[in-house]
Amino acid sequence: MTIFIIYKVFLCSVILILSLLVAMYSTLIERKVAAFLQDRIGPDRAGPFGLLQPLADGIKLFFKEEFMPNTADKFLYILGPSLTMLIALLTSAVIPWSIPVIIGGKIYPLQVADINIGILYIFAIVSMGVYGIMIGGWASNNKYALLGAVRASSQMISYELAMGLSIISLAMMTGSLSLKDIVEQQQGFHWNIFYQPLAFLIFLVCAFAETNRSPFDLPECETELVGGYHTEYSSMKLGFYLFAEYVNMFVSGAIMATLFFGGYHFPFVDKLGLSNNTLAVVGFFILFTKITFFGFLFMWIRWTLPRFRFDQLMRLGWKALIPLAILNILITGIVILVR
Amino acid sequence: MITRYLFYFLSILALYSAIMMLISRRQIHSVLYLTLAFFAIGGHYILLNAQFLAVVHIIVYAGAIMVLFLFTVMLLNLNTEQKSPKKMSAKIGAIVSGGMLMIVLIAILRTYDISMTHDPDLTQIGLIKNLGKVLYEDYLLPFEISSVLFLTAMVGAVLLGKKEQI
Repeated sequence: MTIFIIYKVFLCSVILILSLLVAMYSTLIERKVAAFLQDRIGPDRAGPFGLLQPLADGIKLFFKEEFMPNTADKFLYILGPSLTMLIALLTSAVIPWSIPVIIGGKIYPLQVADINIGILYIFAIVSMGVYGIMIGGWASNNKYALLGAVRASSQMISYELAMGLSIISLAMMTGSLSLKDIVEQQQGFHWNIFYQPLAFLIFLVCAFAETNRSPFDLPECETELVGGYHTEYSSMKLGFYLFAEYVNMFVSGAIMATLFFGGYHFPFVDKLGLSNNTLAVVGFFILFTKITFFGFLFMWIRWTLPRFRFDQLMRLGWKALIPLAILNILITGIVILVR
Repeated sequence: MITRYLFYFLSILALYSAIMMLISRRQIHSVLYLTLAFFAIGGHYILLNAQFLAVVHIIVYAGAIMVLFLFTVMLLNLNTEQKSPKKMSAKIGAIVSGGMLMIVLIAILRTYDISMTHDPDLTQIGLIKNLGKVLYEDYLLPFEISSVLFLTAMVGAVLLGKKEQI
């Protein structure tokens, strides 16, 4: 029992540090990718290849003036960014990072919690994501912040529906809601993307909307709303909002890789003849490669596509994605019946 | 042992947030306290081994309904601190309806034999597979009829929203 608890605490800390580290370096990679796409060099002053840039940014954020508007609701103003960060980190609890490691005859699963409703858990957390933004935007007592918060929440509510519906077809096919089971069914090259391409496409678009990434970054649209919901925020509170976006990107990349791209599985695994623990390490790096690809995709699209207009965004969500997702459920149902 | 402490913690949290929801001066605080109460009750469902119910409870109540409440309160900007309700009739109505709820609860719990309680770990009814089987085999008709009820509610909401064009 004690070993179990110690192991879980250790695993949680490792995943926490990993997500924060990845989020930290995502900021640098984002700027590097932007520079690459715009034919520039990007940040290269701090350390070799600009590797110390995230550290410098972090220190800068810490030393900025801590500003709080006079008319703000003090408690909620602080609660907003904290909640955003908490919710961003919560999702990673159900992601299976690799096959279980066996040390001294004991099996240690590389997953914090294998609950049999893993997908629903993710949806519960995603639907919580609105709170941090809404509370922060409202508590600032600023028109732009409130407008940004309202935009963010209506966008997230709209795209949550399509996201949920797109996953239903996947759940129908796999017959399980546990992420572990879903990954195990995709062993080898039986990735779900080949069976459910439409569901993946819908999920991808919704993931962009849920993480407030361009082309769905209307909540912080600076040409209309100054800074959106974090207009009044400064210092590390602003840092939390910006940072949570990168954590969200990392986690949603991990979810997409797990649900549709076989997670830690890769083709021709049985031809290699690796031992279990080596395979666990290799599997983890495979999953990480897939997540990195999705991270790059997020950045690629941000620096390629312009932002939507708000009515276009709503129309896409309600009139294109939701009917498509329902159609996909129907097709999946028919195929399951016929087969 | 740990579940007992969890039970006490969640119960205190649920009661505290429910009371705070009632006595908070600002509507937005009330909404957030109610959300906290929903989370505490969701935790109780997990203690009862009803994981599906817990997660759906969080998704529907905390994730959807309370967000809409928050939305409404923010858009109407009910930021002003509210005095106690002015109308006497509202107070009397609240007392009467609360008392009626209490009578119903007492009527249910009076004849309830506490030794009949099922062990949630043994029945496993709260797990998604068993629950789905029960819903779609034993209670298929009520389940489908309730979905029609939701559809009616949706159509009604759309109609009310488009009031001026009819």
